[in-house]
Amino acid sequence: MTLIDVRDLARTFVVRKRSGRLGRTRTEVEAVRDLTFDIDAGEMVGYIGPNGAGKSTTIKMLTGILVPTSGHLRVSGLEPSTQRTDLARRIGVVFGQRTTLWWDLPLRDSFELLQKIYRVDPVRHRRNLQEYVELLDLGDLLDTPVRQLSLGQRMRGDITAALLHDPEILYLDEPTIGLDVVSKGRLREFLRTLNAERGTTLMLTTHDLQDIEALCDRVIVIDHGTAVFDGPLADLHRRGGSRRTLVVDLVDEAPPIEVPGASTRRVEGPRQWLSFPAGASAAPIVSAVAAAYAVADLSIQEPDIEDVIRDIYAGA
Amino acid sequence: MAEVTAAVRGACQEYVWIAAMWVRSALAYPWSFWILVVGSALITLLDFVGLGLMFHTIPHLGGFGLREVALLYGASGIGIGVADLVIGSVEQVGLHVRTGTLDAMLTRPVPLLVQVCADRFAVRRLGRISQALVVFAYGAGSVDWTLAKVGLALVMVVSACLIFFSFFVAFSCIQFWTVDSTEFANAFTYGGNTMTQYPMTIFPREVLKGLTFLIPVAFVNWYPCLFLLGRPDPFGLPGWFAFVSPVVAGLTLTVAGLAWTSGVRHYTSTGS
Repeated sequence: MTLIDVRDLARTFVVRKRSGRLGRTRTEVEAVRDLTFDIDAGEMVGYIGPNGAGKSTTIKMLTGILVPTSGHLRVSGLEPSTQRTDLARRIGVVFGQRTTLWWDLPLRDSFELLQKIYRVDPVRHRRNLQEYVELLDLGDLLDTPVRQLSLGQRMRGDITAALLHDPEILYLDEPTIGLDVVSKGRLREFLRTLNAERGTTLMLTTHDLQDIEALCDRVIVIDHGTAVFDGPLADLHRRGGSRRTLVVDLVDEAPPIEVPGASTRRVEGPRQWLSFPAGASAAPIVSAVAAAYAVADLSIQEPDIEDVIRDIYAGA
Repeated sequence: MAEVTAAVRGACQEYVWIAAMWVRSALAYPWSFWILVVGSALITLLDFVGLGLMFHTIPHLGGFGLREVALLYGASGIGIGVADLVIGSVEQVGLHVRTGTLDAMLTRPVPLLVQVCADRFAVRRLGRISQALVVFAYGAGSVDWTLAKVGLALVMVVSACLIFFSFFVAFSCIQFWTVDSTEFANAFTYGGNTMTQYPMTIFPREVLKGLTFLIPVAFVNWYPCLFLLGRPDPFGLPGWFAFVSPVVAGLTLTVAGLAWTSGVRHYTSTGS
């Protein structure tokens, strides 16, 4: 069943720029153009692209915050811009960089208010709250004022807040930004459970490709306002030939390392950068390097979104 | 009709729920809460003390005595006090646009106006209303009360609230176009309030005309109070002006409603 239906969606903004001493020129910027995709109920989709590519403009149109300039858009059978309040009851939105919780009040109070304004049946609310509190380990924090929570705790609170009314779709905007590795892992685990057990459709924007790897069967890449890729992450890697980087700190300076499966891109004193395909395992390369050289330290750099997109163009 | 009633009732409930959250938030800092309550009561009290001092040296202001001016001052004060208490936060709409909180509000199933007005609801604004009530009670001593006059006084106060309501909303809407226009809006809301604290007779005729037909604050208190005080209109305007405040309130509310919807439409169609 198609839950989000986007056809030839476009959104232009008028930008006024100062020109000369008094004059102002009016230019139209196409933030989103010719955007077409649909998302079925129960999918987990990563929506990625460089800054300014049109990600948040798209999410704003999907949630009814922005009216599209042209094109067809239906979410859960509703037209977001004209049926915004009806749609609000069926979706949950989490903004990673700011909270919608009441800063000075205990977490519990924010949840109670949401139960009232979403008019959630009290019995169902209690059941949901209990479940999410357990899954997200919020039990001890319910009576803590939000301002005293850590970033990770607050994010878990915000996600609970977005889910208490049983939304069909959950939009997450950079949900793991600023979180430590452990918190990121737990959050991803929770989102997988949510999708598997409740069938909640997830759409997330992120700069962290590991979020996508851990969660999304499907990736939509947007650049300059339009979808440049739509498919599984593995295809994206294959198509772009995107590469990971192994950073090796040797004990002493050495000529470029030569191991099978990787090529040395850069040498700077005792530090060397080895690149290898993103789809391949790092393990054999690491052991080959460690066996042949005296290694002080190792780290792996994931390709970032900008690299992946550059690779798409390079491969195309 | 039943649908509209249900929607209005729902909106009022939601308003109260959200406002209650802010009251509880404020009580998380009890000291600063009480300091603000006392402070705002003192400031508004000093305002009237100043007026009283003025009468100490000049017994009449534009032909009106202290008690009569108190009646005008109190009526207008109650109006703007209630409006400020209930929806004064609408002034912050530009801030919500700038910081992006408006987007979060747009994803909630509660009318945007309700959310913006209930935001940062502050009980301390009650200080201003209680001060205005005291001044109004003092001024009421200058009226020969009849049942009709009591009725008109009630209508006047309610209309005054609604007219100031409309001003707050309508002028705040400008912020959808130019984000930093709070000061401009204040010129009409608090400025309008300041002008209605005095008898209109101290202003030239043109100003009165402006305050009647353009920015109709004279209907907040001036025309009804003339009737309450049993005075003929010093500018010779029709006596029935005393009774049309509710009509004027209806008109200003309509304009405010239109301004709000077009402001929101502008926001959702430009995203800024």
